[in-house]
Amino acid sequence: MSRQAGPGTWGRFLLRHGTLRRLLKHRAFVIGLVLFATVVLIALFAPWLAPGDPNKLAVRLRFKPPSFEFPLGTDNLGRSMLSRVIYGGQLSLLIGFWVVMLNAVFGILLGALAGYFSKLDGPLMRFADALMAFPSVLLAIGIAAALGPSATTVVIALSVVYIPRTARILRASILVVRELDYVQAARASGATNWHIMLRHVLPNSMAPLIVQLSFVFAYAVLSEAVLGFLGLGAPPTQPSWGILIAEGRGYIREAWWLTFVPGAAIAVTVLGVNLLGDGLRDVLDPRLKIEQG
Amino acid sequence: MAKRLLQSIPLLLLVSLLSFCLIKLVPGDPAVVMGGSNATAAEIEVIRKNLGLDKPFLEQILSFYGNLARGDLGRSLLLGQPVKDALIERLPATVSVALYSMVLTLVLGLAAGVVAALRHNTWVDQSVMVVALLGVSLPNFWLGLVLILLFSVQLGWFPTGGYVEPSVSFFGWLRAATLPAVSLALLQIGLLARITRSAMLEVLRQDYIRTARAKGLSEFAVIAKHAMANVRIPVVTVIGLIFSVLLSGSIVIETVFSVPGMGALLGNAILRRDYPMIQGGLLFVATALMLLNILTDVAYAWCDPRVRIGGGAK
Repeated sequence: MSRQAGPGTWGRFLLRHGTLRRLLKHRAFVIGLVLFATVVLIALFAPWLAPGDPNKLAVRLRFKPPSFEFPLGTDNLGRSMLSRVIYGGQLSLLIGFWVVMLNAVFGILLGALAGYFSKLDGPLMRFADALMAFPSVLLAIGIAAALGPSATTVVIALSVVYIPRTARILRASILVVRELDYVQAARASGATNWHIMLRHVLPNSMAPLIVQLSFVFAYAVLSEAVLGFLGLGAPPTQPSWGILIAEGRGYIREAWWLTFVPGAAIAVTVLGVNLLGDGLRDVLDPRLKIEQG
Repeated sequence: MAKRLLQSIPLLLLVSLLSFCLIKLVPGDPAVVMGGSNATAAEIEVIRKNLGLDKPFLEQILSFYGNLARGDLGRSLLLGQPVKDALIERLPATVSVALYSMVLTLVLGLAAGVVAALRHNTWVDQSVMVVALLGVSLPNFWLGLVLILLFSVQLGWFPTGGYVEPSVSFFGWLRAATLPAVSLALLQIGLLARITRSAMLEVLRQDYIRTARAKGLSEFAVIAKHAMANVRIPVVTVIGLIFSVLLSGSIVIETVFSVPGMGALLGNAILRRDYPMIQGGLLFVATALMLLNILTDVAYAWCDPRVRIGGGAK
């Protein structure tokens, strides 16, 4: 396995040991995949699927409960909630996507440095500990409050919060892998650090990272909602699900659907990703527990 | 214990440095941002002076730590009150709701996890796991709003918000604190039920459980005495995580239910860009959490004699 490990293996990761087949047999994984894929496809094809412009005002039609014409009702300015939730998903998912991307890049970079070079391990991990001493959502709120409200702020804040956790997980699995015989053998045969790292250690330490990234996406969507709700997200012209809930909150007595619908969208997305993550964990890394937050 | 406390000092220094640096993240001039759009140049100058932003960086850090050593977290721009006093004033409401929520979590989370494990692969197990999964997937503040809609607006069983001190009226407190505590608890119940279930399944496979059954102990004694002894360990580990979820959650839940606690105080400070308050609040919460985590570690060693704190045999 280790001799072939290399760039090719990264792509073949899922096929190794019939991983893909086992995933597709995992019921929770398949349900999660279907839920998540549906949400993503709806967001991607929003212009075709949404019944109209999410910002089209029609004040005469305000607070219409869900009906045939407006399947999810209308808001305080007569805008179609269905369109708003579909377009709102674009921003929420995009934020989740970027947080996961940044987590993958910096998590791998920092985790690999700490796990592979023992001199860097101490300082990097102490710094990670300090960041992790703050409750995650609270730190994100603090950073977002300092940077000022915008979608980019949310991505940066959530990345700073979750990267130390991701790096720690990768580091832990690298610490195990780098002591394995085939890594020692590669070192003895004169391979460079880079070579060992990229071809032997990283590809074999990936499983916990992939599981973690799926949960990071779930946390990111949930935390984005909190930040949006507290007024730290994107401006209301392009509302995310969290901002839609915040807007609806003021009219909860007149129009329950304004609050209910975006929250339900978040719940379906996060549920899907959590099921997906549980499946990945069971198949890729059965020892991992559900306790990292 | 003392050793563990000493070990946390460097971490505490780093944490305080990070919260000091928070204000450095503010793009442009923090004094202008804090003053708001209507502030005059003179008002901005006052803010800058009060926060010591006109001094050199090194001096700012030194005075920050000097004040910290005296227990001074600065003064809130919004309330004109020392940050420390404002936090302490609002602590009881937060703690009372958090404790209520913790009790709900421990009772329901443990019970659900144990029952699911004992009825492994039955409909009981599956429904507990579905509810637990929903618990970790719902945004808790949204759940709070839905609960308000259902139990306050529609049924009128609970007030839509507000807070009554338990010393004034225990029943009033119970009415006011139930919905916030439940919305905070659901996520943690989900977490705890999932951990308890997998720990219990692990334990039930062990030989000593079979021995206990074989020697004729009642099923209750097997579970309550022998199995639970080892389930305690992973459970104590999640308690630390639960504290963190509770403290984070309180910001948004207290805002939703207008509970006059620390969370609502911070939530408001965020909206109004009251940086000294945000800074002090974050530092306070992080420190409290660190102390709680040390307590969790101590409890961990107490639950599992194999674990010794501060080196030695592990």
